[in-house]
Amino acid sequence: MNAEPILQVENLTKLYAAGKGCEAVSFDLYPGEVLGIVGESGSGKSTLLNCLSARLAPDEGDIHYLTRAAERVNLYALSESRQRHLQRTEWGIVHQHPRDGLRMGVSAGANIGERLMATGQRHYGNLRDTAQSWMSDVELDIARIDDKPTTYSGGMQQRLQIARNLVTHPRLVFMDEPTGGLDVSVQARLLDLLRQLVTEMNLAVVIVTHDLAVARLLAQRLIVMRHGRVVETGLTDQVLDDPQHAYTQLLVSSVLTS
Amino acid sequence: MNPQTIREGYNFAYLDEQTKRMIRRALLKAVAIPGYQVPFGGREMPMPYGWGTGGMQVTAAVIGQNDCLKVIDQGADDTTNAVSIRAFFRDLTGVKTTERTEEATLIQTRHRIPEKPLQAGQVLVYQVPIPEPLRFIEPSEVETRKMHALEDYGVMHIKLYEDIAQFGHIATAYAYPVLVNGRYVMDPSPIPKFDNPKMDNSPALQLFGAGREKRIYAIPPYTDVKSLDFEDHPFEVQTWKQCCAICGSTESFLDEVIMDDQGAHEFICSDTDYCRERMASQEMPV
Repeated sequence: MNAEPILQVENLTKLYAAGKGCEAVSFDLYPGEVLGIVGESGSGKSTLLNCLSARLAPDEGDIHYLTRAAERVNLYALSESRQRHLQRTEWGIVHQHPRDGLRMGVSAGANIGERLMATGQRHYGNLRDTAQSWMSDVELDIARIDDKPTTYSGGMQQRLQIARNLVTHPRLVFMDEPTGGLDVSVQARLLDLLRQLVTEMNLAVVIVTHDLAVARLLAQRLIVMRHGRVVETGLTDQVLDDPQHAYTQLLVSSVLTS
Repeated sequence: MNPQTIREGYNFAYLDEQTKRMIRRALLKAVAIPGYQVPFGGREMPMPYGWGTGGMQVTAAVIGQNDCLKVIDQGADDTTNAVSIRAFFRDLTGVKTTERTEEATLIQTRHRIPEKPLQAGQVLVYQVPIPEPLRFIEPSEVETRKMHALEDYGVMHIKLYEDIAQFGHIATAYAYPVLVNGRYVMDPSPIPKFDNPKMDNSPALQLFGAGREKRIYAIPPYTDVKSLDFEDHPFEVQTWKQCCAICGSTESFLDEVIMDDQGAHEFICSDTDYCRERMASQEMPV
């Protein structure tokens, strides 16, 4: 890869107690690359993701992000308003529970339009058109644009959350267990959709999951975490087919096969 | 100067001098940062929250012996709330009171702006129930303060978007959000949106007091006040097919009044002083 990394993480540490949180994590992420973070519950995956997405200040370490304007910025040296601006315009954050990422009290159309309105779009007709086109892109029935997300199924809510995040054409998306809590067939469709959108939009993605199948399908590169530390990194197929670390071997061997 | 006839045992305008100073300091800050909500140490007033305790504290802090006070409730000078507050201040300050908009130097209002354009030197005090325009979507005060600080106002248009999606037009009819001086989004208190244009570049000083929420904010004279809207759904005020049944005005804000139990109804001016004056000028030639 000859492009410059979009995200550079050096020695990132956020500890709540010894071994709780994430410790000394370093990696580079390139444009268009999907990086999976796998590990058991409590291994620090979500803490790491929160640190990366400027929602949790780390104890130590630096995160450098390359903006759309090709400016390399130190994330936690930015003002809070710059951080929020990045979150709204250049990033997407897909939460595990759609309820955390959606505004449940307002319609689907308003949910998709919120970021656009926040960045200054003031034309109702255009907002409406954009919302409809995104709804069809994520395979939601556009007739339900004025329905509240509370009336949607779990899978639909998750797709709505994805549309809401991608509407401003972000360059970097953080996903925390996006398929958690969905049944297998819905999961498969959502993964298909994600893979297609990631390719089409050339997104860089950091995806946290405990599901190795999800990681295999989406991620090109994997980071395996345990007790807050990175125990193994490498290309997804390499890590999953030929795990080197004892913990990764355990993780791979404990996947149920039917 | 007005004759001093204050009820025995009370300080001028009910509040003690230190409290008035504290409120005046909050007012100065509010005027310096138009639209910004300044917290203040709201006092207990001798009436329940929701009856105008915020407006009364602001009035008590700014009223002087030479002031002439007018109090309106939904435009009317003769409803319980207006009569009681006017009597309260007459009792405890001895200042002149009036029902005429042009005579008043200080006007305390509940949910209307007088129809007659305000003049430089006049002060309009609003009673505010909920000062936070972002509250409907964000229950946390910590978060709304941060949103104001960062000008994170995208959510304000969500409400208007939802209106259009549901009703085909912006159906918000009162407490219609405004952007003050190009910086702070402000709740103009529950005045009808009919009155929003009167706030823009008004020569009068406008002060807002919320007693329960303990917030004060202000619009200094000649400040830009813009109602939020969409390019393809611009801000519009209410219009009526009827005219006022008493004075025949087609330009004022009309209240619908039920006349009997058969469903008969009429529309009359909500601003009683405006209506009375129009009647007086119509009768004069006779």
